[in-house]
Amino acid sequence: MSVKTLTHLQRLEAESIHIMREVVSEAQKPVMLYSVGKDSAVMLHLAKKAFYPSPPPFPLLHVDTTWKFQDMYKLRDKAARDAGMELLVYQNPEAKEKGINPFDHGSLHTDMWKTEGLKQALDKYGFDAAFGGARRDEEKSRAKERVFSFRSANHRWDPKNQRPELWRLYNARKNKGESMRVFPISNWTELDIWQYIHLEGIEIVPLYFSAPRPTVTRDGLLLMVDDNRFPLNPGEEPVMRSVRFRTLGCYPLTGAVESNATTLPEVIQEMLLTTTSERQGRAIDHDQAASMEKKKQEGYF
Amino acid sequence: MTDPIYKTDALIAQDIDAYLETHQHKTMLRFITCGSVDDGKSTLIGRLLYDSKMIFEDQLAALEADSKRVGTQGQEIDFALLVDGLAAEREQGITIDVAYRFFATEKRKFIVADTPGHEQYTRNMVTGASTADLAVILIDARKGVLTQTRRHSYLVNLLGIKNIVLAVNKMDLVGYDQALFDAIVADYSAFAASIGIESFTPMPISGFKGDNITAPSENTPWYTGPSLLPFLETVELDSTVDQRKPFRMPVQWVNRPNLDFRGFSGLIADGVVRPGDEVRVLPSGKTSTVSRVVALGGDLEAGVAGESVTITLADEIDCSRGQVIVAAKSPLEVSDQFEAAVIWMDEHEMVPGRAYWMKIGAQTVSASIGAPKYEVNVNTQEHLAAKTLDLNSIGVANITTDREIPFAPYTESRDLGGFILIDKMTNATVAAGIIHFSLRRAQNIHWQATDITRDHHAKMKHQKPAVVWLTGLSGSGKSTIANALEKKLARMNRHTFLLDGDNVRHGLNKDLGFTEADRVENVRRVGEVAKLMTDAGLIVVTAFISPFRSERDMVRGMMQPGEFVEVFVDTPLSVAEERDVKGLYAKARAGQLKNFTGIDSPYEAPESPELRIDTTSMTPDEAAEIIIARLIP
Repeated sequence: MSVKTLTHLQRLEAESIHIMREVVSEAQKPVMLYSVGKDSAVMLHLAKKAFYPSPPPFPLLHVDTTWKFQDMYKLRDKAARDAGMELLVYQNPEAKEKGINPFDHGSLHTDMWKTEGLKQALDKYGFDAAFGGARRDEEKSRAKERVFSFRSANHRWDPKNQRPELWRLYNARKNKGESMRVFPISNWTELDIWQYIHLEGIEIVPLYFSAPRPTVTRDGLLLMVDDNRFPLNPGEEPVMRSVRFRTLGCYPLTGAVESNATTLPEVIQEMLLTTTSERQGRAIDHDQAASMEKKKQEGYF
Repeated sequence: MTDPIYKTDALIAQDIDAYLETHQHKTMLRFITCGSVDDGKSTLIGRLLYDSKMIFEDQLAALEADSKRVGTQGQEIDFALLVDGLAAEREQGITIDVAYRFFATEKRKFIVADTPGHEQYTRNMVTGASTADLAVILIDARKGVLTQTRRHSYLVNLLGIKNIVLAVNKMDLVGYDQALFDAIVADYSAFAASIGIESFTPMPISGFKGDNITAPSENTPWYTGPSLLPFLETVELDSTVDQRKPFRMPVQWVNRPNLDFRGFSGLIADGVVRPGDEVRVLPSGKTSTVSRVVALGGDLEAGVAGESVTITLADEIDCSRGQVIVAAKSPLEVSDQFEAAVIWMDEHEMVPGRAYWMKIGAQTVSASIGAPKYEVNVNTQEHLAAKTLDLNSIGVANITTDREIPFAPYTESRDLGGFILIDKMTNATVAAGIIHFSLRRAQNIHWQATDITRDHHAKMKHQKPAVVWLTGLSGSGKSTIANALEKKLARMNRHTFLLDGDNVRHGLNKDLGFTEADRVENVRRVGEVAKLMTDAGLIVVTAFISPFRSERDMVRGMMQPGEFVEVFVDTPLSVAEERDVKGLYAKARAGQLKNFTGIDSPYEAPESPELRIDTTSMTPDEAAEIIIARLIP
């Protein structure tokens, strides 16, 4: 009998789909966190494949900070429509009322909009399982993260109480009030993600491709002036530069790289020849050593 | 030192499309590295990441700075720093079982399971090995085969890893001595054969200097075997081997978007499936034919081992999550009793006789483990007598499930022979298991169908059988209420029998003490007796402390639906202790009585009993009336 050799992407895909089907079979009320980035795009695509011809049997949840790039909002609404899925958008009302923003409030911005916002949204809808697009290769501390990550009733991650994961057997049992975060693309690397997007023709936000964009520099980061809320210094004029983004978050916190890559192969080419790791462009990781670990314990992804 | 074939910048820069084309045909290998920090494990992994160009410049700059500051290699780069960082986390008390690292070459993507730690080693290594196609067992050339080498090898073999690389590391520190290498290999060969390892590939390497990592080293001209990375790139994958086996797919999810479509989704464990194939659904045994292998973007010609697929069948047959669809001509065995190797992973030791959840394939069933036949000393592989298994110990025991399940011995199929056990109370994953075989008993002892059925027995007595299960602290009033209840039922001409905790311990259970394991067995036996009595049509009243929720639930599971009436005799500890009818609390408080419920052994109150009796607000007679109202509406 002839043998069909599975490629690394086929094996990764099979594993991610298997994880999603386990969650849908064992959780009461799952949801997929959708952040509009490339990892979310891959996760959504995998969900469509996992449940075809049914639409994915859960809604998408965007925990919004109101500070994402305009292009992200556009793609978000379209992607949900195309997938035939319900899109829930949650904005922390307290952060909204206090006008929390990345310019004046530093790390409080992430705490309130994202960490608190996520907890509030999960509580409001009563979701007991949330898919997230985190990958183990993103950062040293994520290398040991479980695929199924358990959270107490108040959303805390208890590092001493995580379960061993053997074979393809995931223990998804939990007590009332407890929930789990599930990372179906744990074993994908940044290169895998790009290759898969290329191979499957997955639509991603145009910000990943280079184009002339208005930019200023702040603390060594090249920031895009995406709307008129960006406080410019007296006499400062945004400079048009040919830039693109390797990761996407809140626009005032996401550094761009100068680039001429306007197609996917060119983006991948640049990525492979690049000399800095992916998360360099994110302000959040530079806060303090082990900051990711701390944020996770507090309930951030 | 670093072979240029792993630096592909030129191709990437010149022809990215050609590069992408190559890379889309890469395969994936998962492997585990076994050895302690002293063996240079972290250095080796760091070296692989470095040589395959997975290190970015910012990381490299940080690495060079760290190497000078805290490195152990003088002015040279300390590769170990790339993957360390687990030690600090362990000090913070964070449980780390396995850290996964990623790197890729032209031919393959690699996922390395890196298991830290010494104390938790068995649990960690078993977890990492469970998903690995290959194991790299590291030996320090200066030290040779050590106890830990034997332990690692035993675990690797236990988990069914067929591809083993024996990496004799630090060859640079022994002058690349061939005789020394040969002696270590000979030593290891003898040991490997003794534990059933069929083959392995020995390599003289230096993770620090890079010898025989990406290419043959000039320092070992006498070595003609493969270098590590090229070997990892070409070794045959388990998923390829699995495709040659008969088709097996545990059903994970039934896909039912509308009345016209019913698909069965799962990850193919073994074999290949094509439209037109004859298949059988287990355990029911119903057969059908595969109609389609459905996928987004168009049906597939076939699905193979390792792929997640959705298939449809030609006939409308019952098939739900947990069942296994297999090639009709080579079905799996079905059984409810097994011998298995069990690796205990929880702080709380195994309780023989207790029911745990057992997850195997896509199915979760209730299972109880018998006392271990023996425990294995992982260092010496000796068999030891054992009454239980505690954290990181491995033993062999019989397992009984509450229903028949399709399975394969682990050596034939990891997906259908590997299982985990889950504590029913805490939901923790407490053990991993490996099925050896089904016990012949289960195959040969069939239930003897009798002509006079339980229905006949019940009808002759003009009553509906039931078990009234009184649970509560010692001195809560269970026996008094049970006695009052039975008297009232007798007056109503009901056929009853009272099983009292103290009385049963004088006969049926006189061999049992009060340890947790004995309490579990006590309740199990009483449950079985009560079940026989309900088959005989009786109303059974039991009065046992029965402190553990999982055993009460186990007994509930034995009975016909609706026949188990759990009555929580709810008396606060202070009240029961004050009554102290038998003087036991005083003894327990004085330390003369061990494992006394409520004092130094827990009582797990029922979460949703059929009835709750508050003995501080009603008499035993009133309590009996309430129970009768429930039994005889």
